[in-house]
Amino acid sequence: MSLRKIKPLNFWEKIYLPEIFKGLVITFKEMFKPKFTRQYPEEKWNPPASFRGRPVLVLEENGVERCVACGLCARVCPALAIEVQASETELEKERYPVKFEINMLRCIYCGFCEEACPEEAIVMSQEYEETFYNYEDAIYGKDKLLIPAEKLKTRLEFLRKMR
Amino acid sequence: MIVDLLVIPLIKILIIIGIILTTVIMLVYAERRISAFIQGRYGPNRVGPFGLFQAVADVLKLILKEDVVPKAASKFFHSLAPIISLTVALVTLAVVPFGSRIFIFGKEIDLMVAPGVNIGVLYILAMSSLGVYGITLSGWASNNKYSLLGGLRSTAQMISYEISMGLAIIGVIMMTGSLQLDEIVKMQEGWKWNFIFQPIGFITFVIAAFAETNRLPFDLPEAEAELVGGFHTEYSGLKFGMFFLAEYANMITASALITTLYLGGYRLPFIEYFGFSQNTLAIIHVVTFFVKISLIMFFMIWVRWTLPRFRYDQLMNIGWKVMIPLGLLNIFITGIGLIIF
Repeated sequence: MSLRKIKPLNFWEKIYLPEIFKGLVITFKEMFKPKFTRQYPEEKWNPPASFRGRPVLVLEENGVERCVACGLCARVCPALAIEVQASETELEKERYPVKFEINMLRCIYCGFCEEACPEEAIVMSQEYEETFYNYEDAIYGKDKLLIPAEKLKTRLEFLRKMR
Repeated sequence: MIVDLLVIPLIKILIIIGIILTTVIMLVYAERRISAFIQGRYGPNRVGPFGLFQAVADVLKLILKEDVVPKAASKFFHSLAPIISLTVALVTLAVVPFGSRIFIFGKEIDLMVAPGVNIGVLYILAMSSLGVYGITLSGWASNNKYSLLGGLRSTAQMISYEISMGLAIIGVIMMTGSLQLDEIVKMQEGWKWNFIFQPIGFITFVIAAFAETNRLPFDLPEAEAELVGGFHTEYSGLKFGMFFLAEYANMITASALITTLYLGGYRLPFIEYFGFSQNTLAIIHVVTFFVKISLIMFFMIWVRWTLPRFRYDQLMNIGWKVMIPLGLLNIFITGIGLIIF
């Protein structure tokens, strides 16, 4: 590492006013440059496919969820946010969740449930705006969790690519 | 007689206070918006069109806030201090001419609260030095070390910069031969603005005015990083609002003074040749004056968001070792110039 010698100031630098003027010119130019701020509620951010938003259940085109209620997601969840109750069904998959609840106050968006899922049934979505006024609203049931597969296409494709 | 002595000045005072208050509101908005632009942000743009009512919302918030007085504070002086600050800031504008005369209902009215005060400059210096009391008292009465330090710093700063301010003004007075601000403005007819003749005095005065108003390169009294809020650490609600108002009113006063003393006051060069009637001329003068003031206030905001704060020893060094010799030099040069021309 070399030492940088500090140059002695010349006359104009000592007067200080020309340097102030240079600084003023810079800030004046800065005023007309495009802004960095995003006008948030009107202008939303589109997260990339690798983004881990709120976990959702994939709904197939025939209106049945992919989930077979194996309970692996609930098992792996470090924050104990997922609760699954299984039941039998006439369909080919034989089991389905009667109750599937994620407590969004507990969820830490780690994505372990997605990794553990053998059926690619629980997936981290692109949604990042979670607001609620009381604790009851924060527990998302099947009504809020089920999302059609085509809406989750980007994430599903991303997962296929990475696996 | 009563109309001349009481009613007209009262109306003028009310109008000017109203103008100051609205200007302060616009100034707060302008400051936030310009600072945002300089930093690559948008700034307040939600309340009303372009966020113009943001400052109104701020004022409402300040009014509704609880007024906390610390237990150990001296109650009387704690509430007296902001009143002094605000009064002094408003009172100074009384001698500043906003325009020439106007004729309404057959009466000739000077556009100035106190016309013909022959100690105008002296009055301004006296009043602006009273402003120190407000800040010092607030620091002392709060019984808080940060407030006290802020108050002390401000006292030291204002006293040292007042000297250079006075010295800078002396140059102007030497040229005019009168302490009356009216005369000083009349002297700067056409293009003969004082800052052309006295560049050193102009620069010294502007710097001293920045220091007097506690604007950024000199805002040591309220250095947030070191002193929390400085002298107004212990103030909240309306009392804080009064300090806030006083700060911005001081800014208006300072820019009005710079305009009057150095930038030709309300005069627009060569407007006399167009042959407007007196009333139109007066309106043009008032508009010119406010445009000049706003440009200077824009400059003040601009400088604030460009420069970092001085260290305390640097502040004192500049004040005593640079500014005062420069002021004396300016007087000397002006004297020589007066003898030669």
